[in-house]
Amino acid sequence: MRLRLVPQETNWDFFSRSKLWLGISAVLVVLALTSFLVRGLNYGIDFEGGTTIRTESAQPVDVGAYRDTLNALELGDVSISEVFDPSFGPEKNVAMIRVQAQDGAESADPAMIAAIQNALQEVSPDVEFLSVESVGPKVSGELIQTAALAVVAAIGAVLVYIWLRFEWQFALGAVIALVHDVVLTMGVFSELQIRFDLAIIAALLTIVGYSLNDTVVVFDRVRENLRKYKNRPLREVLNLSINETLSRTVMTSVTTLLALFALFALGGDVIRGFVFAMIWGVIVGTYSSIFVASAMLLRLGIKRDWSKPDANKGNQFANVDA
Amino acid sequence: MLQIDLWKRVLIWGLVAVGLALALPNLFYGRVEQANDARAAMVAGTAGDEVEAQAGQWPDWLPSGIVNLGLDLRGGAHLLAEVKVEDVYAARMEAFWPEVRDALRDARSEVGTIRLQPSEADTLVVRVSEPGGAARAAEILRGLAQPVVSLTGAGASDIEVTTRGQDVLVTLSEAERLATDERTVRQSLEIIRRRIDEVGTREPTIQRQGADRILIQVPGLGSAQELKDIIGTTAQLTFQPVVTRTSDPDANPGIGEEILPSLDDPDTYYVLETAPVVTGEELTDAQPTFDQNNRPAVSFRFNPSGARKFGEYTAENIGSPFAIVLDEEVISAPVIQSHIAGGSGIITGNFAVEESTHLAVLLRAGALPAGLEFLEERTIGPELGADSIEAGKIASMVAFVGVLIFMAASYGLFGLFANIALLINVGLIFGLLSLIGATLTLPGIAGIVLTIGMAVDANVLIFERIREEVKTARGPARAIELGYERALSAILDANITTFITAVILFVMGSGPVRGFAVTLGLGILTSVFTAIFVTRVLIVMWFERRRPKTLEV
Repeated sequence: MRLRLVPQETNWDFFSRSKLWLGISAVLVVLALTSFLVRGLNYGIDFEGGTTIRTESAQPVDVGAYRDTLNALELGDVSISEVFDPSFGPEKNVAMIRVQAQDGAESADPAMIAAIQNALQEVSPDVEFLSVESVGPKVSGELIQTAALAVVAAIGAVLVYIWLRFEWQFALGAVIALVHDVVLTMGVFSELQIRFDLAIIAALLTIVGYSLNDTVVVFDRVRENLRKYKNRPLREVLNLSINETLSRTVMTSVTTLLALFALFALGGDVIRGFVFAMIWGVIVGTYSSIFVASAMLLRLGIKRDWSKPDANKGNQFANVDA
Repeated sequence: MLQIDLWKRVLIWGLVAVGLALALPNLFYGRVEQANDARAAMVAGTAGDEVEAQAGQWPDWLPSGIVNLGLDLRGGAHLLAEVKVEDVYAARMEAFWPEVRDALRDARSEVGTIRLQPSEADTLVVRVSEPGGAARAAEILRGLAQPVVSLTGAGASDIEVTTRGQDVLVTLSEAERLATDERTVRQSLEIIRRRIDEVGTREPTIQRQGADRILIQVPGLGSAQELKDIIGTTAQLTFQPVVTRTSDPDANPGIGEEILPSLDDPDTYYVLETAPVVTGEELTDAQPTFDQNNRPAVSFRFNPSGARKFGEYTAENIGSPFAIVLDEEVISAPVIQSHIAGGSGIITGNFAVEESTHLAVLLRAGALPAGLEFLEERTIGPELGADSIEAGKIASMVAFVGVLIFMAASYGLFGLFANIALLINVGLIFGLLSLIGATLTLPGIAGIVLTIGMAVDANVLIFERIREEVKTARGPARAIELGYERALSAILDANITTFITAVILFVMGSGPVRGFAVTLGLGILTSVFTAIFVTRVLIVMWFERRRPKTLEV
């Protein structure tokens, strides 16, 4: 007996409510953008500059006491958060301390770090400093530019590739789905105020890759079926293609999610944000390849017959062979 | 029908074998690492039973490349420094002044007396007394220009001379600045490398980034602060004539003079001539030593030209003091007792033994041509890295087992084939990582785990296609063949697009993100290889034995 996530033969109509789905997606994109503009992303030091210190002590972290002692140092904006992970025992209490970039300094002043460490050692004598990272405003400004550029470049490169391999309608559909995925991911990060750092950019690009992977598989089948069933309406062909590839879409999503959930639960807190972004991206990417990319393709329409010149075009080159 | 040529089979299994052999050393990470270190030590000249025993821990006919662990996994210090290239402009102009002075003095009849005016550090402003003499002075100074020594700036001259009323302004030309910047950064890189080598840590990464930045990563070093202590001081040593000694830090030094604090005595300041007699660049050696009173000191030796200059100066100035200046602080200002020939000497000051040792290292490695500004610094404790590796291992195992079970449950025997391919795939990723000496980072581990999840995609595509083809094709062999054939375009398109994003990540990313891009990209290559070739060989071999009439996919 085989495990089947999707019945052997499906004949679901994915476009009966396509307006509704596109509408929901549009609303979500608007919500995500609003959240992004209103709340903003919780940038890590990679993008905003500043210093983070990771501490570990046997005693429980007293966030209030930490805050009081650090406020006395007058370092500007200081945030302290306790870090939890199932792998930490009761003897392992971890906190992350974040200090804003200091005026006029690029990277952290050693005296400042020493002051922070001394202050914390007074509150909690056995505290250890597992990592100290500090990024100056100059670099963080550039990093954020490069990151944005990387995402745009990835989407652009993919647009060109699909355009070359398929038709422009496919490329446009795929890219709209990609933008949708990226925007929704940023929206989640700004709404939940999860720390947004360089690794998240890597996750975003992976989401771009994954979502595309899904979309391309569906499109590949669409192209094949369009040649096979020359007279069936586009909507039917799209539906058929999605149904035929559905089993694969679900299988791959499940294996990928399986791996990602393992990483999320057991991979430690350092990369949890990164893994969260990817899990979210896989889910959204799978959804968007069907309900956004294909739905857009249906709306954009496709020139069906490649062998004959396009009758609608009517320019001087259209009938060159006639 | 369903056939694969023998040579293809041999090639496929051969590649797999090579890949797995390359991955093998990673299973014995600690042992191989020690053996490699020991071998490197033996090449460097260390001998002894202990080293040989360590080298013997791993047979030398086996591949010994291992995946480098990134700082986030191993712990260590990371610094990104920007070289303040403008520092050099000022030094260049300072050094140029005597030449300007001499040239204009010779033409006194035409330009009159000359005076150096206070100005920006990268510009010399000379006022001439003769009305209209500025143009002539500028002409003379233009004659001092040298051609720029660089590929891009060829043909341009190194200085730009302009006039403003009675003033003549001399600055470095744009082409010369570019050439100077390039030299400055290269020199800094070299000197940083030498200093870190002097301290003797293992496997440091010292790379140039962009036009004027240097990235330094030293695994296993306690903190970024220690690293900064080694490379943060410029260690510019100069010997300058002393004009006078004062206790007023705000005293107004004359033109061509500067006021510098004393290192030992906070109340003492020296007014010095800006142009040095000799600089640390002309040192050939520096060693920690003790002076006649048994206090720590640093002995030094000049190269011939430095020795000559120093000898001449001391011969002419017996009885007057000169200052030994390190990074804008006067270490000491002894009075010249006699002509110092031979070009060696000793620097005394209030040093501790560590300080004199440290100073000797810095002087030996050479001065940084310009100051460094630290833009980014990270210290990762080794415990944190060890935790991350541990967590990454467990997560990968669980992910692996989960995917294996899931594939077997979904596709039965074919699922098992895919699972074998997946195991080989992970082996190949490690093999390739070791081969190219890539660095594994925490996001890189995530990339591998993600690959485990996504690698089966190609097989899923093929198996789903075979299922479809079974319904229509004549016979199982044909179905398998069609399944592979027809799934290929989807597999290629899907993987090429993902590969594009991995390449972009690699090009634009840095550090850990780059590590992720590398594992993701390699994972795509190996997973396409294993899915298309390895599972195919497995299925064909199975098919040839069993000759099944129907296919259970």
